[in-house]
Amino acid sequence: MSNKTLPTWIDVGVIPLINVCLAFLVSGFVILLIGESPLEAVQWMITGAFGYAEGIGYTLYYTTNFIFTGLAVAVAFHAGLFNIGGEGQAYIGGLGVGLMCMSLDSFMPWWALIPFAIAAGAAFGAAWAFIPAYLQAYRGSHVVITTIMFNFIASALMVYLLVNVLIEPGTMSPQSRVIADAAILPSMRDVFAVFGINIANSPLNIAIFLALICCVLVWLLLWHTRLGYAIRMIGFNEQAAVYSGINTRRTIVITMCISGALAAMVGINEVMGAQGRVLLDYVAGAGFTGIAVSLMGRNHPVGIIIASLLFGALYQGGAELSFEVPSITRDLVVVIQGLVILFCGALSLMIKPTIEKLFLRFFAAKERANV
Amino acid sequence: MLSQDNTSQGAARSPAIDLRKINKSFGPVKANKDVDLIVAKGSIHGIIGENGAGKSTLMSILYGFYAADSGEIWVNGKLTSIHSSKDAIATGIGMVHQHFMLIDTFTVLENVMLGAEQSSSLQQSKKSARAELQRLSEEFGLAVDPDAITGDLAVGLQQRVEILKALYRGAEILILDEPTGVLTPQEVQQLFDILSALRERGVSVMLITHKLQEIIAITDEVTVMRGGTMVATRETAETNKEELAELMVGRKVLLRVDKEPAKPQQVLLEAKNLTLLDSAGIARLDDVSLQVRAGEILGIAGVSGNGQTELLDVLSGVAAVQQGSIVLNGVTIDKDNVLNAKDFRHLSLGHVAEDRHKQGMVTEFSARECAIMGFQDEPEFNGRLLMDNAAVTEHCANLMQQFDVRPNNPHLKAANFSGGNQQKLCIAREIERQPKVLLVGQPTRGVDIGAIEFIHQQIVSLRDAGNAVLVVSVELEEVMSLCDRIVVMFEGRIVGEMAAVNADAQKLGLLMGNAGGDDSDNSATGVVS
Amino acid sequence: MKRQLLMLTAAVAFASSAAAVELKPAVVFDMGGKFDKSFNQGVYEGVERFKKETGITYREFEVTNPSQREQAIRKMAQREANPVLAIGFAQATALEKVAKDFPGTKFSIIDAVVSLPNVQSIVFKEHEGSFLVGMLAAMKSQTKAVGFVGGMDIPLIRRFNCGYAQGAKYAVSDVNVISNMTGSTPSAWNDPVKGGELARSQFDRGADVVFAAAGGTGVGVYQAAKDAGKYAIGVDSNQNHMHPGTMLTSMTKQVGVASYNAFKGVKEGTWQAGVSVLGLAEGGVSWAYDEHNKDLITAEMKAAVEKAQADIISGKIVVHDYMSNNECPSL
Repeated sequence: MSNKTLPTWIDVGVIPLINVCLAFLVSGFVILLIGESPLEAVQWMITGAFGYAEGIGYTLYYTTNFIFTGLAVAVAFHAGLFNIGGEGQAYIGGLGVGLMCMSLDSFMPWWALIPFAIAAGAAFGAAWAFIPAYLQAYRGSHVVITTIMFNFIASALMVYLLVNVLIEPGTMSPQSRVIADAAILPSMRDVFAVFGINIANSPLNIAIFLALICCVLVWLLLWHTRLGYAIRMIGFNEQAAVYSGINTRRTIVITMCISGALAAMVGINEVMGAQGRVLLDYVAGAGFTGIAVSLMGRNHPVGIIIASLLFGALYQGGAELSFEVPSITRDLVVVIQGLVILFCGALSLMIKPTIEKLFLRFFAAKERANV
Repeated sequence: MLSQDNTSQGAARSPAIDLRKINKSFGPVKANKDVDLIVAKGSIHGIIGENGAGKSTLMSILYGFYAADSGEIWVNGKLTSIHSSKDAIATGIGMVHQHFMLIDTFTVLENVMLGAEQSSSLQQSKKSARAELQRLSEEFGLAVDPDAITGDLAVGLQQRVEILKALYRGAEILILDEPTGVLTPQEVQQLFDILSALRERGVSVMLITHKLQEIIAITDEVTVMRGGTMVATRETAETNKEELAELMVGRKVLLRVDKEPAKPQQVLLEAKNLTLLDSAGIARLDDVSLQVRAGEILGIAGVSGNGQTELLDVLSGVAAVQQGSIVLNGVTIDKDNVLNAKDFRHLSLGHVAEDRHKQGMVTEFSARECAIMGFQDEPEFNGRLLMDNAAVTEHCANLMQQFDVRPNNPHLKAANFSGGNQQKLCIAREIERQPKVLLVGQPTRGVDIGAIEFIHQQIVSLRDAGNAVLVVSVELEEVMSLCDRIVVMFEGRIVGEMAAVNADAQKLGLLMGNAGGDDSDNSATGVVS
Repeated sequence: MKRQLLMLTAAVAFASSAAAVELKPAVVFDMGGKFDKSFNQGVYEGVERFKKETGITYREFEVTNPSQREQAIRKMAQREANPVLAIGFAQATALEKVAKDFPGTKFSIIDAVVSLPNVQSIVFKEHEGSFLVGMLAAMKSQTKAVGFVGGMDIPLIRRFNCGYAQGAKYAVSDVNVISNMTGSTPSAWNDPVKGGELARSQFDRGADVVFAAAGGTGVGVYQAAKDAGKYAIGVDSNQNHMHPGTMLTSMTKQVGVASYNAFKGVKEGTWQAGVSVLGLAEGGVSWAYDEHNKDLITAEMKAAVEKAQADIISGKIVVHDYMSNNECPSL
């Protein structure tokens, strides 16, 4: 009913914008409460995220991760599945990327290695999503519960592997050996250097192009393939899917595997790119942020790019903020990020009725004026 | 003294309900436009109109669910403002909803007094409520056991509880919203008896329905709504079905299905001893066998929930065969050869789902996406990797053209079409391929009268082309006029069969309630007693 | 545009470097955060002491994800901070990259070795300190069974565990060492409930002295020991005061002192690049003996530990370092 009355640009443009502003408003009060100037804080966040080359680099580097995890959540969401397991799938996916890189990096440069790395990562991530998917489709265990559990299992497994198996002997850190330089994805700095442009150093690497390619692929998958048609039908109405002769169980499993494979691409950005090795906890919550990104981006690739950019800016701007204003600790930055997630995700429908009413009043007034 | 008499007389003469210039809009949609309605005291007033005519909106305003944008509500000669159902009850208005608002695990007494307890002590309330319920039952002839568990009662009795609930709260004006949808013909008759009794005791009844024969059977006056406005009000005695149908639709309507006698040929669809158990182990289908021949329409009659849904699911491949078998166009499907809905379609079976919102379409999809449901894997809609979206759109546009679906816009969201147009799209999708066997569930549920005629014609012409059609409907009129042969289902079994020409509501009704179902049983008890 | 901006920042940085003469120390804490009740907090207390004594303020940053390590260290260097103190082995790689780009800046890192001419690496021989408290535990035990509760299962904590086991067996050759790790995620550093559970299960299995090398998780271990009337051993800083009477001793690791010295060294010009390994000989690790536990340590125990300490310093006893080969012969 309400969908009919609001034009799309308000639904996907104005409302999220107002939600972000509300989140910042509340954050501003919190900052005021600890005795700092909210305006100054916002200024630091914005300049930190977009004000200089290194900051932009970091923002886009975080954005890359969020695009992958956001797409992962969105694909599953279209089939009505809430994949909370992006974190674990990305973690295990990175293991696949790392293993492939470490076994081939002595003979191959990055451009030859990347298809193998992507395949290995996708296979690992998909495998990690497969088990919850199978349990959901064939045994009725809820995917939310099982994917959360699999995050913990992934974390424990990775600690075991890093501490006992992959660790470089004689080092303190539970991390694998560094991948050979030639096998690591070129950073954006290297790419620009080819054109004779010197930009600041940042972890941003060519994985961002992979992220954008994935956006296009996901868009094609969902709206231009039979599988996408089946995925969306299951999400909207599973009974209708059965009526249409779709094998819902198999489709659910395939969807979750695609979702896991997308999350695993974080491993390309991190393991093969920014960090150049497998290390503890490198996903750093990107899997969970992906949920908020997907919700805010309305599960559409374009929306996800925009939302990822916002969260990338929040991460980088937040780091800058706590760097520049010592009394704003990193915990407060988490509070600000949390507020944005709260307003854009959980409370996203809170202001909708009000906006609807205002819009309709305006609309009605305009109509009367036209008459 | 005199003046007092005058006022009381004045009040007695003033109508129970007097609505003046009611307006209500939802966004750009005007659901009610300057609606005036007068319901005389102690009368049964029918309100009739197609879906979306504004009947439900008007009643929701009267019962306080919505606030009118403008207009006045006068109850018993007094201007009132009703902001909630609480206000409505206080004014003496009671409502019996289409879907009952009863708690199945409570007793009748508990349901009746729920929310209207007279004392903070439960025992005390129960005692006084029991006495009151007793009085109401006797006064209006509404016999129900106050200590029965509500969920165990038959639907007709549950509806009685709803009426008692309203009366218990002091209702003098009773609104009934589509009350007969779930009742057998016998139960409908009982309901009408109750309504007559209420009228005699001065209760005013507003009956909202889309069934013309009910209006003719029971009401004193009838108001017709169309497109949010009040089109006409008539004394029931001075009108007839044809006139009412014309008023509802705005043009002349053919109420009878115009068709030649059937010429049945070879069997195209056969069900043999189908039995289906649900997850709780209860038999939803119990040894069902039937045959549908080319060139005939077989109707399945029955009160909703007696296995028709499950039968359609099994016959269309939505549910797997558990026991028994299906022979479709010479192919046997049983539990060793389980096929899904797509495979059934490949055996030239069309299936118009009973419930298009749950099964037959995806309301969030665009019309073009709905138009290929079940055929999404056909080569004509697919390229090598990607779907051929242009072909899908074109296909949908063609269907819309052929079956007069409005608005003719394949990109519009399915939810934004009216019920009739949604149904036309679903039927178009299934009929367009001229399936050898067509299953149709509730062909005209929630469909405007104008569209009903069209849909019936389509089904008949498919039959005349030599195909087999199986129709499931809870509308007896429809089954009798559309079908050539009728079987009746009760509790998952087939309890009777007859040619449509021999059928009447009385005979079918008895079978549907299984009252005359098992003659052998009746005679057996007869012998013993 | 970007380049202009870059040039501008460079120009500003250059101008400020010409004017800067005073000391601008900086510290980059790791993911646990400066209030982790353990390692990072030890550093925090050390640098706070420096601030109080000298009045020189310092810049600080707490990282929240792996890629922030390099970012933060680099930023500190760009802002002319000197020295830059990096906390934790995890920052070694990041520090190495940045230190190469800023040869004029002095860097110190705790718990890791970075071999560059402008980096001071401070590492501790936790196994030596653990050896001594292991001896005390074994000698105190009536049941000939001692426990170890580690935090997150990483090589560093296994180094504690291994030294502890070796020491216990050195003192009482047939002592039984029961070891548990709290978990495999960073939350294992701050899970006192689970710590308490692990301690109680070790008591049930016969242990009557338990050593917790588990950050905030240890609080639960010490409480469980107090409730059960058993003994517990603290870690990193002197925690004897927490439950006098049941805190047998603490294995102290002087991260605060090391941090303080790093800042102080730059201020006074005594800072030197290179590796400093702080073991028993250097006073970097030790065991705590104070008024809270002097009644628990008999003269005999004290004498044995002091002798062993001298033997370790002299090289007569070699305490195995788990991280030399990722193996522990004593377990």
